[in-house]
Amino acid sequence: MCLAIPAKVLEISGDVATVDFGGIKKEVDVSLTDAVVGQYVIVHAGFAIQVLDEEEARETLALFDQILGGNVA
Amino acid sequence: MFRFRDKEMADKIVQKLREMDLQITLMHVCGTHQDTLVRHGLQPLLEDVGVDIRQGPGCPVCVTTAKEIEESIALAKAGKTITVFGDMIKVPGVEESLSDAKTEGHDVRIVYGVNDAVDLADKISNEVVFIGVGFETTTPSIAVAVSRRPPKNFSLLSCHRVIPPALKAIVEMGEVRLDGLIEPGHVSTIIGSRPYEFLSEEHGIPQVIAGFEPLDLLMGVYMLAKQKEEGNARVDIEYRRVVKPEGNPTAIKVMDEVFDPADVKWRGFPTIPASGLVLSDAYQEYDARQRFEDDLAELEGKEFKEPKGCRCGEVLRGVIRSEECPLFAKTCTPTNPIGPCMVSAEGSCSILYKYSKHAEAK
Repeated sequence: MCLAIPAKVLEISGDVATVDFGGIKKEVDVSLTDAVVGQYVIVHAGFAIQVLDEEEARETLALFDQILGGNVA
Repeated sequence: MFRFRDKEMADKIVQKLREMDLQITLMHVCGTHQDTLVRHGLQPLLEDVGVDIRQGPGCPVCVTTAKEIEESIALAKAGKTITVFGDMIKVPGVEESLSDAKTEGHDVRIVYGVNDAVDLADKISNEVVFIGVGFETTTPSIAVAVSRRPPKNFSLLSCHRVIPPALKAIVEMGEVRLDGLIEPGHVSTIIGSRPYEFLSEEHGIPQVIAGFEPLDLLMGVYMLAKQKEEGNARVDIEYRRVVKPEGNPTAIKVMDEVFDPADVKWRGFPTIPASGLVLSDAYQEYDARQRFEDDLAELEGKEFKEPKGCRCGEVLRGVIRSEECPLFAKTCTPTNPIGPCMVSAEGSCSILYKYSKHAEAK
């Protein structure tokens, strides 16, 4: 039940945002985050629990690449 | 957008691990990690390079006790409308499940989140009881809903539990020699990395908070192996795109406001100090156990034995793997589960069954 998946914030009205799960739109509660339109949030049981940091995602892959001496990121 | 499933990179990590000549046992505590390990075939790959990974008590439905299931069933039979996550409905209590109670005509409804239960309480006059199951990933949403003062006919049967005390219990029980812990990415999204630090400091255990894509887990294993090789013990964050050291302070604040810690039993474990959550004084009026004390009175002091032959407890402590249970895929299957590890989508038995030859043969 700790499954949580990323969705893009399309619209915010108060505590409720319309988000896009790769084509499926749903309303979720964003009161636990400071999400703004255009960001990706991690959604669990109808609540966004964190904003996904795209910059960190790129950096993590770059770090993997550096550790492994490959060319993946 | 993100390439956390890159095959070439996965092969490189496995090769690095092979070169390290490992013989280590790790534990994770998350059904979603188990799903990634089994679904993507990482387990045999890792075993081949000397890495044995056990799933610990990381399945909220699985660690919910038979008594809590019985409380839910008793409230359904007492005429309340029960709202519950779908994963819970088929978990057998002593004689039956919530699903059986529903078949008998009692009002049991599956909800996607707590807000669905609150909306329902708004629409109907009957008492609506939400069965609150989940770790720190889930609990903030329930805390938010309760802090908004839902309708008076809404109440919570809290079966919520927190992860760090259970990790402490596992380590102190010492049944499995652990070389490292893979901490759950979404629990950690809420609590951050600090609540795990004592395990590294006091018990010398390397830890990594990992995400849920195959590369996240492989890299998590590599980071743990590296810590061990270098003689370090600390909490690394691999899942940095989501997890911050401080977690989600808004979520922590509302959880602290609405809940107090309590000593509770986990299936397969003795009572673990401060591992459960009960409503705080300010929100007692929403506590189903208080509101329906009379309906639950007969369960008090009763002993609830585990189903005969079921070894969920040992699976949850990481002592055995699902396939070592003699009932697995024989008398215990998803359509006829004996224990909760075969019911929940996060249970190690149900995950193994789903991706194994048993599922294909169905």
